[in-house]
Amino acid sequence: MQLDMRLSRIIELAPGIREFWLCREDGGELPTYSGGSHVVLSLPLPGGIQRNPYSLLGDPADCNKWRIAVRRQEQSRGGSVWLHDSAQEGQALKVSMPANLFPMARLGRHHVLIAGGIGVTPMLSHARELARLGESFEVHYAHRAPEFGVLADELRTLAGPDLHCYVESRGETIDFSKLLARRPLGTHAYLCGPQGMVEAYHRIASEMGWPDTHVHSERFLAPPPGAPFTVRLAKTGKAIEVRREQSMLEAIESSGVQPPFLCRGGACGQCEMEVLDCDSSLLHNDLFLSQADRDSGRKIMPCVSRVTGGCITVNL
Amino acid sequence: MGIAFRDETFRDTFTYRNSDEGIRRFPFPFGLDQYMYSVNIEPHTAGKPDSVYQYAFDIDEHYIAECRDRAITLEKDPGRCISLPHMMDSEWDVLELIMTSLSRDYPEHFALHRDGEQWTWTNRPLGIEQAFVFGNAQTLPYPPFEYITRQTQGDFVIMDHRDGDLWADAGMITSQADWSLAFDVGMSFKEWHGPVPRAHEIGVFDRALKYLLMLQLGNPVRRLNWTMTVNPRLDTAPETYPDWGPDRTSVTLDNVAEKVHLRVELQALFRLPRSNGILFSIRCYMASVGDLARYPKWARRLHRVLRDLPQDLAEYKGLVRYKPAVVEWLSRLDDGVPVPPGTDPE
Repeated sequence: MQLDMRLSRIIELAPGIREFWLCREDGGELPTYSGGSHVVLSLPLPGGIQRNPYSLLGDPADCNKWRIAVRRQEQSRGGSVWLHDSAQEGQALKVSMPANLFPMARLGRHHVLIAGGIGVTPMLSHARELARLGESFEVHYAHRAPEFGVLADELRTLAGPDLHCYVESRGETIDFSKLLARRPLGTHAYLCGPQGMVEAYHRIASEMGWPDTHVHSERFLAPPPGAPFTVRLAKTGKAIEVRREQSMLEAIESSGVQPPFLCRGGACGQCEMEVLDCDSSLLHNDLFLSQADRDSGRKIMPCVSRVTGGCITVNL
Repeated sequence: MGIAFRDETFRDTFTYRNSDEGIRRFPFPFGLDQYMYSVNIEPHTAGKPDSVYQYAFDIDEHYIAECRDRAITLEKDPGRCISLPHMMDSEWDVLELIMTSLSRDYPEHFALHRDGEQWTWTNRPLGIEQAFVFGNAQTLPYPPFEYITRQTQGDFVIMDHRDGDLWADAGMITSQADWSLAFDVGMSFKEWHGPVPRAHEIGVFDRALKYLLMLQLGNPVRRLNWTMTVNPRLDTAPETYPDWGPDRTSVTLDNVAEKVHLRVELQALFRLPRSNGILFSIRCYMASVGDLARYPKWARRLHRVLRDLPQDLAEYKGLVRYKPAVVEWLSRLDDGVPVPPGTDPE
């Protein structure tokens, strides 16, 4: 289900970081969502529709607008650059319903929210929910330089003295071995940030004996560009060209086929496809498939993964 | 035009009956001559007008009587409605979903007026007018989930989504096919489906759980399940087994057509917005074997399904003692001609 929306407001938060407000085209009410939810925007790029997920950072009870923040990613496929350079207030966009792959653990006794850079966006909606429910929580927000702490003021109104900021340019970093130490039973930790940060956090939490069920993280991968190839749909025989900067899923969608999807970031597993044949090598970029699945060569997540060239046949 | 609500009972005198229209729209679950478990899930989108699939929550001629029967059961056993403390957000989600659906789909019977958090709910069939503050449970006579499900046909479970599983952490269960909320509350998805035979072995619950964890807001899904009940009794709970268990011995060839009812559950699943939980609605429909057999297609098919039902499924569904009488009675109506696939009565 897609909503017809428009960009009702664009705010420059910092160099290379923009906040966007989304409203329904017909002026109607938006559904409520839960903290940690994301939506998928269909961006009308010159080369075709690109669908990118963004966390909702506003007040879930606000039925008039949704808020997202986007960092300009020069090395990526062009969606964020389009949002920074071409998108204007009033731009019409198709937007998915909210989905939540990063929910709050409602049985938690204490919640430690950790944000790295633009990863602050889902933490804002979590902090808002935890504050509304009167739960015990704290926020740790690391960013590159003072001017990039773009949503710190809003976080401070929710967390008060329990907001801790770490400014990299001042040599301040989060020390996970201290942050995760001596936590009472029932504490849950949540992190959204760059890959290195996510990996260090999980490794240290595991070494310290945290149960996996209490260590949460979210990371959306952008589909990396790669060599063009052909995807063949076995049930119809349709052959589709996947361009360099296009994901396999986007190419299939542009041919008029609508496979299911949820996160478009390699995390949820919804768009999993069965590989029937492939005359090159699979390039797995997802976070979902197990090593055994990868070794089998029979599964692929077309939202972020591709092949090295030639032709892949999927059971679709 | 409004629904003509029937004055009837689901216990003691058992005056429950279906109108002709009630039988025609009955959700007959057998599209083929054999029955086996499957992940038979489809989108819960608007179905044909006047079908039980037309709206998210079907209200029919039994509405008032069913709400009355639920109140009697709750009076005797308040533990039929349980909600664990972390489920309050999902309680409000359910109240909002049901109130907005019923007032939109049945404007002649229900109305909802919203002014910010100040809500007014009107339920004409039950004569209720309630002003309250959304989000403030003190302003309602019952907690929000109990309040709205006392006014809705069907049983309800709310599942909390955490640790990659779904936990049955709240429920309003007064018309169940022999399972206990008090026993199952707090269980994980596979724990509370533990007793179902065969389905675990063929991977039904692995696939169903994986599917449901991906359930999206605004895209509810549904399936049918079925069993049989002697006498049109909604409350066939383990807690009251002494009241209804012995009924199974009362079936004879002479009374089978009136006494034995096919009991079909229209089960729907809705992702909830604030809580990220999932509402599982279990809407129960009952029709006597005699009423169903008025449609020759259904008589033939029901005969074949029951005749060939595997013994372990018959045991799980509690049919063993009286199934022979049902099969024998229906066999007289089955001339063996092929029945085309599909569940429609004609």
